[in-house]
Amino acid sequence: MSADSRAGSAILEPEPLLENNPSLHSITEAICAPAELPVEKTPIGWIISFMLALGLLGVFGLSVGMLLYKGIGIWGNNQPVGWAWDITNFVWWIGIGHAGTLISAILFLFKQKWRTSINRFAEAMTIFAVVCALQFPIIHTGRPWLAVYWLLPLPNQMSMWPNFRSPLMWDVFAVSTYGLVSLLFWYVGLIPDLATLRDRAKGKVRQVLYGVFAMGWRGSNRHWQHYEKAYLILAGLSTPLVLSVHSVVSFDFATSVLPGWHATIFPPYFVAGAVFSGFGLVMTLMVLAREFYGLKHLVTLRVLENMNKIMLVTGTMVGYAYGMEFFIAYYGGNPYELFTFKNRAFGPYWWAYWSMLTCNVISPQLFWFRAIRRSVPAMFVISIFVNIGMWFERFVIIVTSLHRDFTPSAWGYFRPTLFDIGTYAGTMGLFFTLFLLFLRFLPMIAISEIKGVSPYADPHGKHGHDHDHEHEKESH
Amino acid sequence: MSAVTHARSDAADHAVEGRVFGMVGEFDTPHDILEAVKAVRAAGFTCIDTHTPFPIHGMDAAMGLRPSILPFMVLAGGLTGTVSAFALQWWMNAFDYPFRIAGKAYFSYQAYVPICFELTVLLSAFTTVFGLFALCRLPRPYHALFTHPRFARITDDAFMISIEASDPSWDEAKAREVLAKAGGKEITLIRDLEP
Repeated sequence: MSADSRAGSAILEPEPLLENNPSLHSITEAICAPAELPVEKTPIGWIISFMLALGLLGVFGLSVGMLLYKGIGIWGNNQPVGWAWDITNFVWWIGIGHAGTLISAILFLFKQKWRTSINRFAEAMTIFAVVCALQFPIIHTGRPWLAVYWLLPLPNQMSMWPNFRSPLMWDVFAVSTYGLVSLLFWYVGLIPDLATLRDRAKGKVRQVLYGVFAMGWRGSNRHWQHYEKAYLILAGLSTPLVLSVHSVVSFDFATSVLPGWHATIFPPYFVAGAVFSGFGLVMTLMVLAREFYGLKHLVTLRVLENMNKIMLVTGTMVGYAYGMEFFIAYYGGNPYELFTFKNRAFGPYWWAYWSMLTCNVISPQLFWFRAIRRSVPAMFVISIFVNIGMWFERFVIIVTSLHRDFTPSAWGYFRPTLFDIGTYAGTMGLFFTLFLLFLRFLPMIAISEIKGVSPYADPHGKHGHDHDHEHEKESH
Repeated sequence: MSAVTHARSDAADHAVEGRVFGMVGEFDTPHDILEAVKAVRAAGFTCIDTHTPFPIHGMDAAMGLRPSILPFMVLAGGLTGTVSAFALQWWMNAFDYPFRIAGKAYFSYQAYVPICFELTVLLSAFTTVFGLFALCRLPRPYHALFTHPRFARITDDAFMISIEASDPSWDEAKAREVLAKAGGKEITLIRDLEP
């Protein structure tokens, strides 16, 4: 289709998912190329990023080493702020993970085909974010090698079992289930693409390594039949799971009797915030990756615009929750609750509250404008704002609710120590180390899935469609 | 090259290269392979398979496959998860070592709901993935089709139909003819190198 006729039909036809109608082979080439570069051709940008990530990972190692040597007294949390950076960072990371599952599962069930260009990327991000999140509950126990007996129902020297009436116990099960199911979902999606890398491998080592993980996949329709069913079931399972995980995380707070935490709005409010922050990080990373690896024709502006719309929706939901919390504090008639909220906005931590509000509520509203929704630099900056804002949200909820106890004699002010900061920055190193390895050795876009939505895949037409078919493809 | 000379050379190679696995033909588009499968089935072959870079809509019906039994396996796995989570929590907190905390009842079944849900999902997901591997007989490091030099392209942009020699109506010449008639290219006889 020529440029003129495309402009003419733009009003009537949906914008294509993939630009320039790429052939099946060119899709394989474009996606496999970054994973197939020989060692000596590793891009310099990747090497520098990887060095930085490894450096931060070293900071994590040092911070955790010091923690294990000296104990959790090296952190800034102390009465009355018993929970501080560790749980803030845990909730932030686990929230980020939610975008991956939303994209891979919920958008799959709603048949949003544009998800295929970003789902692999977002799922990888989910798994690495869950890995980072898990570090905090594990190390905050001080002696992780003993914590396994407190966290899991294992026989121990006390002959006691964990208390299943506690939301912290639910959290252990929710987060570990989430991590495992995300990993399985990701791996199942990877199998056909690992087979592609196996079949294209030049060296024996690559062929064997990719071959082992591809498990002898041979694209058989007798396998695809079960595979598609399995994928649908996993999407169906992950959808309630992702909603449950952040709900359970919010129960850690909501089931307590602390003003500022004891609220029924918490589960939906946490889930919306989680999806919001996750899309923020996917956007930040995707904008860089598609630029750097030349994947703009596969991850089109239309996909990015759709993501921005989801950020606008979830950001507005989060803004509504902030407003509703304040309203209930006023309308509920509980003086302690009202004090907590006034203290949040105008107390010693006012700077955290207003940073959160600016980043989370005001910045995504810019996406009402189409020009901003489709401007790559604008969405990059806003996505970073979203990540900062969502970190502040967790900090505000946790620290401002705790630092002024019921009796003013117990009031305090939390300040992070160098080790708090080092541990948090260190998990960034852990995340980016894993993520850069993923970009280097695995296909960052789901090859078989994106072929499935390309115009060539439609069995009801022949080659040469210029637009994607949005109509339902019913099997006969 | 005539079919006769082919058959003769195949027979001569037989002793050296192992038994015949089947016949493979290549097609250009999802549309072509969908139509070709219908033709191959109409010719009476049942032990057939298609190999494609992505699942093709309508292929299950064209090949006459019965629906996957995977959902029933997952249902069983999921129910196991629910029941075992409930039993675990009851036994640990209300039977084996009951202790009172925050004034809650020993047997607080309401509080068991989140973990029952999580274990249901976990066991369902494990059943889905390992059930998938079992139904597909994976992992399978060696398969006769991997000896076909062009087979690597099915994970890129090739569409292939294989007719297996274990088919009750197997006939080498007929298989070749049916595939050719359906528009197949690069029709090749595949031998299994394993005894």
